[in-house]
Amino acid sequence: MDLEKRFRGFAVGMLEKIEEFYHERVHAMRPRPNFAPRKVNLRELMSRTIRIKKGADIRLKGRPSRQVEAGSATATYAVQPPNYLGIVPKLEVKEGAAVQAGSILFHSKEHPSVKFLSPVSGTVSRVLRGEKRRILSVVIDADGKGESRTFEKINLATCDAQRMKEAMAERGFFPFVEQRPFATVANPEIHPRSIHVSGFDSAPLAPDMELVLAGREEAFQFGIKALQCLVGNDAIQVGIQPGQSTFDGIEGVETTIFDGPHPSGNVGVQIHHTTPINKGETVWTMHAEDVANLGETLQTGTYCAKRTISVAGSEHASPKHMTTTLGCEVQSLTGDPIDEESVRIISGNPLTGARTEASGHLGGLHHQICLLPEGNKPKFLLADGWLGLGLDKFSLSKSYPTWLLPKTKEFAMDTCNNGEERAFVVTGQYEPVFPFDIYPVQLLKSILANDIDAMEKLGIYEVAPEDFALCEYACTSKIAVQSIVREGLDRLMKELG
Amino acid sequence: MKAAHKLLDAVRPHFEEGGKLSKFWVVFDSLETFAFTPGHATKNGVHIRDGVDLKRTMFMVILALVPALLFGTWNQGHQYLLSIGEITVADPLMMAFMDKMFIGAVKVLPLVVVSYGVGLGIEFLFAGMRGHSINEGYLVSGMLIPLIMPVDVPLWMVALAVAFAVIIAKEVFGGTGMNILNVALTARAFLFFAYPKQLSGEIWIHQVKASAEAGVLADGYTGATALGHLASTVGKAPNDAAAAGVMDMFGADGMFSLTNSFLGLIPGSVGETSALAILLGAALLIWTGIGSWKIMSSFLAGGLVMGLLFNLMGLNAYMTLPPVHQVVMGGFMFGMVFMATDPVSASQTERGKWIYGFFGGFLSIMIRVFNPAYPEGVMMAILFMNVMAPLIDHYVIQANTGKREKRMLSSQGATA
Repeated sequence: MDLEKRFRGFAVGMLEKIEEFYHERVHAMRPRPNFAPRKVNLRELMSRTIRIKKGADIRLKGRPSRQVEAGSATATYAVQPPNYLGIVPKLEVKEGAAVQAGSILFHSKEHPSVKFLSPVSGTVSRVLRGEKRRILSVVIDADGKGESRTFEKINLATCDAQRMKEAMAERGFFPFVEQRPFATVANPEIHPRSIHVSGFDSAPLAPDMELVLAGREEAFQFGIKALQCLVGNDAIQVGIQPGQSTFDGIEGVETTIFDGPHPSGNVGVQIHHTTPINKGETVWTMHAEDVANLGETLQTGTYCAKRTISVAGSEHASPKHMTTTLGCEVQSLTGDPIDEESVRIISGNPLTGARTEASGHLGGLHHQICLLPEGNKPKFLLADGWLGLGLDKFSLSKSYPTWLLPKTKEFAMDTCNNGEERAFVVTGQYEPVFPFDIYPVQLLKSILANDIDAMEKLGIYEVAPEDFALCEYACTSKIAVQSIVREGLDRLMKELG
Repeated sequence: MKAAHKLLDAVRPHFEEGGKLSKFWVVFDSLETFAFTPGHATKNGVHIRDGVDLKRTMFMVILALVPALLFGTWNQGHQYLLSIGEITVADPLMMAFMDKMFIGAVKVLPLVVVSYGVGLGIEFLFAGMRGHSINEGYLVSGMLIPLIMPVDVPLWMVALAVAFAVIIAKEVFGGTGMNILNVALTARAFLFFAYPKQLSGEIWIHQVKASAEAGVLADGYTGATALGHLASTVGKAPNDAAAAGVMDMFGADGMFSLTNSFLGLIPGSVGETSALAILLGAALLIWTGIGSWKIMSSFLAGGLVMGLLFNLMGLNAYMTLPPVHQVVMGGFMFGMVFMATDPVSASQTERGKWIYGFFGGFLSIMIRVFNPAYPEGVMMAILFMNVMAPLIDHYVIQANTGKREKRMLSSQGATA
């Protein structure tokens, strides 16, 4: 594998050198005005396919149809600081202040250039606080006028990295840039080695990226060019699915095809299989839709906070895609009133998302609203409990016979824990759903033991909690894997200062 | 079932803190969660969870033990009737089926009851003391222990061994999931070292001593196990007359022929004799993915390789036994399928499992042949490999971390 990669790198390099040589010498020596050398995109020709064998697609009922419906404007919108990891907000507006789309609501205390903007125009109606006066949500009553702050248009040809960083900061796009290591909002002061964008979402009930970016190719291209100003050429990587044509015409990115089940669409998996992160390196990741939003904002000069999300799940009458604006009310997306005793509303995907309410708001980094049956009723052992036959139970463990059913069958899974938390007993269970050359259980144990040195050695710099989501799903002992990983990353970040 | 759960809800306050029976909360909790998977919904992290839990996993292992348990029960009756000459080897196996089952059950059931009673009792005690709920680990250990006991072992010895194993091998390390040694094998090893005389004596067949005293023992019946017989050949040349007599029993018509050994129609610990019944269990474990096929297959390979090496050496009659015959005798198969694969005490890395299994099997046969004082080499080998497993994992993981370090250094070199 390693050898193959090296060979490929060598081959591409050689071909480019030949091309360069041809352009510089041969072509220059024999000028023929009518003959333009055929421009071949070598990278595209050599576009690698990486087969991801480990992982699993959880076949949930209620996948979104390809129909895209425009969501209605809602009365309030919210920006919720807890959605953005590593951020301590410092308010710049008071309750009652009038804002436009693009007005600054608050910034990060540690990095003031990480600014959070209002997605709509209106007035700041509430600042919701939790324990220790932690700000949970800044709610804006929309006035429906659609007024927007105007930003200077950027000429990409003359823009350098510093200027682009400032432009992104001013336009409030740093909250949408995540960094690795640590999987937090990017620190604008660290220059990234590369920027990675996943071209598809492989999570259960995820939106179709083709629909998300439909008609926004130009904005996306502009966003990519802008990012190119920041990290230079050849430093932006996009992972796509086999046969996906969404990014065909996009220039300035290196595409790699990832063929395999979830989490092949996780950007962390894609980075690991192309250019893994070493200690001391930092990479940035962005959602493709946010790249398009960035492009549009830079191009038009008005703040763009569009969201095309999937509204799905077995409890939704007509699962589909919807277009809306960042931070909109959840009930505008779910439609009919929901009995929240028996239905759980999730902002984000069922593996990594956050629980929310119909009166809540769409999470800042979420692209899904899922409605799943709440699993808060006891299950009798022989009926639907632990000893039942369980033909309706989707399981990665073969102790249920469902693995013999046709692969097209979908399951309406509820949110029951299906057991109690236990110590680590079963081994070899995380590895088949964890497509990293990393030992997941040993890494978790090093985190539990607070052994910083071991965490580093075992590869904690490369992972984010979301990469462990399937491990947590599959865990027989019902261990809270993602929160352990989060804890480890937080501790490491503190340790390194 | 709603009514049943209502009843539980009604009595719950008595067991909760401040209730009259709050000391028995652990008992209530374990019974309730046994009958009903609690309606605990996921909180943070994943919103959906796989249907499998530790209860189901452990139950699958117990299910896999059922063939060995049933066959073992039958076989103890069968061996008894053989020993007193009631039946002969030539009789059809199904003859006196219910008698055999009954005699076996009378001996095996008390073993199971004592094992579970003592073991679970201690588990409840510790869970109550530590204030956590009962882990399901002992459900399997409690079934394994009777299956690796000689049938006539005194029940107090079983109780003592169980208590030792559960407390010293498991609870002092923190309970299920924390132990270093396999709990069931620790119980067996305890008996082996604490009561060597009793264990090597005449307890492998029900009442064999009493039968001998009463003079009803069938001709030529000694009550020794296959490995016991074979151990007697060590130290003698392969062509020694006495050794040749022993080896005759392992020939095609002998009592310990390959067929008899494979089917399990020989004396031995309750559940270990029948390779066939054990392999049925193995099939279930591999099918459900609960037992590691890597450990099982490499363990088998290790045993066969060692057997083959012994064949090549051929220093005594024991060494000349075909490798396939070696692995179907004694506790090899049982250890391979149910003991070596214990995920807690085995190697935890996938690569490590290959190494762990191979050496487990290799050493099993080696110890058995080299040291006739320890006929049950598989027990020693697995316990030894339990101790070595963390070391194996350490080196497997080091290979991984070393790769990462190298990558880092080379990238630093490239940018420097």
